[in-house]
Amino acid sequence: MAGCLVAGAVSVGAGTYFGWDGFTIQSGNLIVIVVMIILFVLALVLPFPGGKRRK
Amino acid sequence: MTAQTTPGHGAPVDETDAHTWTGRARRWLLRKLPPDKLLPEDQPSFVASWAYVFGMGAIGSLLWIIVSGIVLGLNGPQWYHVSSLGSFVNSTHLWSVELFFIFMVVHLWLKFWMAAWRGGRLLTWITGVISFVVSIVAAFTGYLLQTNFDSQWIAFEAKDALNAVGVGAWFNVANVGQLFTWHVTLLPVAVGAVVVLHVLLVRVHGVAPPLEAAESDAQLLHNRPGATEPPEPAEPPEATEPRGTVQ
Repeated sequence: MAGCLVAGAVSVGAGTYFGWDGFTIQSGNLIVIVVMIILFVLALVLPFPGGKRRK
Repeated sequence: MTAQTTPGHGAPVDETDAHTWTGRARRWLLRKLPPDKLLPEDQPSFVASWAYVFGMGAIGSLLWIIVSGIVLGLNGPQWYHVSSLGSFVNSTHLWSVELFFIFMVVHLWLKFWMAAWRGGRLLTWITGVISFVVSIVAAFTGYLLQTNFDSQWIAFEAKDALNAVGVGAWFNVANVGQLFTWHVTLLPVAVGAVVVLHVLLVRVHGVAPPLEAAESDAQLLHNRPGATEPPEPAEPPEATEPRGTVQ
């Protein structure tokens, strides 16, 4: 049981926050949002492999 | 539709002869989702785009969420908090949830800007929205089941909000046993059922064509239901519904 408590306690961290003029966001959330935007843009511009062979 | 079936005694029966509720249900299902639409071999050429892979990415992530969740649930918190393998599986459960939401949100963005509810696909869109909302609740209960100080913090931040909207008595975030039931049975079944319905509706109506695909597009016209079988008066064919055969 003590192991569980220790394992639970070590996972708690303050985290890194970014803020601009009253807007604050945690680094993990910011990374996920940026990754989603990058995937969205890449999905629109990257050619699909094998797509040229289809008609 | 006059599809022929062969019952147990071997005599072919016309589907229009169905006179029981099971027969009528089978006839309705076969009309809505014939086997070639349920498990198609080809898709229209516009599906060869990265814009069409994120839904499947979300489903792949969901499958690993379910598999890793079963392993975690059967071994229990002492295993996944203390042992190395347990921590690893626990982490893959978390990261597959991250991927599930990333893929689902990108899928949502792409379908929103594609206006994917066109061509009679409104229910497909709505089931996608419902699966998104139910998935958020499922993920929330998962964060509450970390059984660490993070989960305590999240629970007591959420408690006031849930009490304020009047559901705190039935959805008690301070009750780990109740949340475990929500997280491992009710919510996964709900997410799974809505996702299955969503995929079946995609099969029924076909994938949404891009905005550039005009209604005169040969792929869409050629593959409309009316082009391959007699039109049914009760249901006019949908102008933009693709049924792919183009390779």
